[in-house]
Amino acid sequence: MPATFTRHTVETERKDPGFGGKPPLDRRPTGGGGGDENWDSHHSRRHGPREQLIRYRMAVFSILAADLVFFAVLVSAFFVRQSATHISPSDGVVSDWHPLAPPPILWINTAILLLSAFTMEIARRQLFHEIDIMEEWLGLGRPAVRRAAPWLIATILLGGAFLAGQWIAWRQLAQQGLFFSSNPNSYFFYLVTGTHAVHLFLGLAALLFALAAMFRFKRVEMRQIAVDSTSWYWHAMGLFWIFLFVLIVFFQ
Amino acid sequence: MTRRLFTTNPRALALNYLFLALLAVITGTLLSLLMRIHRTWPNLAIPPHGVIRPEDYLALVTMHGTLMIFFVLTVVPQSAFPNLVLPAQIGAEGMAFSRLNAAAFWITAVSLLVLLAAFFVPEGAPISGWTNYPPLSALSAAGPGQTTGMDLWLVAITLFCLASVLSSANFLVTILNNRAPGMTFARLPLTVWSWLVSSGLTVIAFTALFVAASLLLADRHFGTSFFLPSGIVVNGIPARSGTGTPMLWLHLFWFFGHPEVYITILPGMGLASSILANFTRRPVPAYRLMVIATLLIGVLGLGVWGHHMFVSGMNPYAGTAFGLTTIAISVPSSAEVLTWLVMLFRGRLHPTTPMLFILGFLSFFIAGGLTGPILAQPALDAYLHNTFFVVAHFHLVMAMAGVFSIFAGIYYWYPLLTGRRMNELLGKIHFWISLIAAYGAFFPMHFAGLAGEPRHYSQLNGPVESFTRLIPVERGITWSAFLLAAVQLVFLFNVFWSARRGVAESGTNPWRATTLEWSPIAHPIIGNSPYEYAPAPAPGDNFLPQWEPEKPF
Repeated sequence: MPATFTRHTVETERKDPGFGGKPPLDRRPTGGGGGDENWDSHHSRRHGPREQLIRYRMAVFSILAADLVFFAVLVSAFFVRQSATHISPSDGVVSDWHPLAPPPILWINTAILLLSAFTMEIARRQLFHEIDIMEEWLGLGRPAVRRAAPWLIATILLGGAFLAGQWIAWRQLAQQGLFFSSNPNSYFFYLVTGTHAVHLFLGLAALLFALAAMFRFKRVEMRQIAVDSTSWYWHAMGLFWIFLFVLIVFFQ
Repeated sequence: MTRRLFTTNPRALALNYLFLALLAVITGTLLSLLMRIHRTWPNLAIPPHGVIRPEDYLALVTMHGTLMIFFVLTVVPQSAFPNLVLPAQIGAEGMAFSRLNAAAFWITAVSLLVLLAAFFVPEGAPISGWTNYPPLSALSAAGPGQTTGMDLWLVAITLFCLASVLSSANFLVTILNNRAPGMTFARLPLTVWSWLVSSGLTVIAFTALFVAASLLLADRHFGTSFFLPSGIVVNGIPARSGTGTPMLWLHLFWFFGHPEVYITILPGMGLASSILANFTRRPVPAYRLMVIATLLIGVLGLGVWGHHMFVSGMNPYAGTAFGLTTIAISVPSSAEVLTWLVMLFRGRLHPTTPMLFILGFLSFFIAGGLTGPILAQPALDAYLHNTFFVVAHFHLVMAMAGVFSIFAGIYYWYPLLTGRRMNELLGKIHFWISLIAAYGAFFPMHFAGLAGEPRHYSQLNGPVESFTRLIPVERGITWSAFLLAAVQLVFLFNVFWSARRGVAESGTNPWRATTLEWSPIAHPIIGNSPYEYAPAPAPGDNFLPQWEPEKPF
């Protein structure tokens, strides 16, 4: 089986004809994995579709580890800057940290991004649905792609809505007279939300690429890899946003 | 030629990296010689330029440090060597992502060009040292070179960080995912363990530097003040002040800077274990301990950065804590050194050139390492900080140990690329003169530092006469530095001459080694742990390469 899939117990029960022509059914359902059946053991273990998928996943996770450090460093810089004081001849120890009221639209944006994580995950799972993938591999049609595409498009729309919401939040702050270089807190706000928005923008580009890849790529496993890698990136950006949001809202 | 340059073959990329590092090391060495000339003969006019002014001296210091640390000591052990042998040593057919790997090389090359461009812009290269502490690095008014030169430095470093993170992510995936059947973690050569740890450190540390450099660029151009404190006056004129703190830069920079030391030296340590096993014909006695020590160095290395900042105004209690973590990290380092000494003790030593260079590495690592715990004491560091004692310490433990392990690697892996060995006689001349000249250049710096000679001062003789009695020491250092640089010409000659005229090898395994890069078989099944040399009392020279099927001695 040259593609990775998730086996669903219900289907094994329903579809088992009980005689030949099917691979042995003693496989355990392994979330997102499986596929190491012995009937294609002539494939080298390093070159199977599952290994390829894991390789790409690991690359995404390594880059995301660097990204985690990136945001962690920004957050620690935020705290260092927040606690910084200087000594003024007239007032003694002064802090120049002016708490900033985050625009309420951020709550809506957060909800939108969380929702997009769900649509993304549904899209990803469609691509690992055993029966559909089997059908795609045999070239009988593209049921998995057909089912995943709407969810992927929904994710793109929600991601776009999030970015638009962030844009509105920046405009609202600008109307209050808070620009990038107004005060330490405001430039941290723009920096944190801005770098995150850049990441999401790249994520949107990746989503569009994955959407095109689903229809254009000839090999089933490459379609899976495109969607899978994008989805892990997207989930990580959602997770990072929750940390940043908590930081912005509750640590003023 | 174009095919050679735009290749995705890891070995060809390794050569590209090596040539890039050669360009950087030649430039960096010439800069250091200019510094030495200036310190010894301050009024000597150097033909195209004239007399070196103090700001020129500082630019030399900055560019020498940046070129050597990033483009030599990081690029060779952490980019060139893994490309040369890492896939082969784990039995992989190539890197996990070969185009990503090639892209990392190209970003590194652009980064070097951007850095070197700083010499050619008006006002020249930046002058605030390779650490580029703000506020001086944040203000264009702080001196010549702090305008465009400083911007170019920041852009170059940002690009370098990006390249390092991408290539290390690729190495991580390759090591974790592309091993040959039978290549379990317990069978990985120690070089591969080192690259696993140093790649993890690279992903973490270089990201921190990436953020720091980006924030400094924002401070310089977008009106922020992450690092700019209040009340700055330059030459009597109030400069653009802010409300930030330079301490933030120090923390971010050294959170990169100290793991960086381990990124440069860990591959050398792994190579030392492999070469010592090969040329003493003994197994590594405590393989598991070595792996644990390597991992511990990686983990602890992330928590010692504050020992660069004892006198920076950091909380003294934090200083004590960082002093303790630094002592803690010397425990796994010492464990590795003791293991190497055990291997030398009653081993059957084969003093080939790579072996000699690893012994040199060991010598510098111990000599430079012993002053580490001294500098890690906040009380002692208060006196020694920013003196030549520190210069001596890191030039021995990081620069010379690093460079000697690089030489060992080149002599050792040369037959992989050319099918010939480098000339042994020239190699031994290169080794012995380098060893003596390196100690001659860097060991006296300890005494200069104890006498209080500060770093970064362009000259010692002037209206104040406190350091005039150190001038003979300085002169000795300069002549040793000339000798050290000159003998590298022997090495360069040897590299190019041996490619055509060196002793041709009949087999694929000239050193009778056990690791997979010497395997004559294309797709080996791994049957053995990496260092299966027969223990000393056994007759003959039995060894069991990793590609041979498992069999008892």
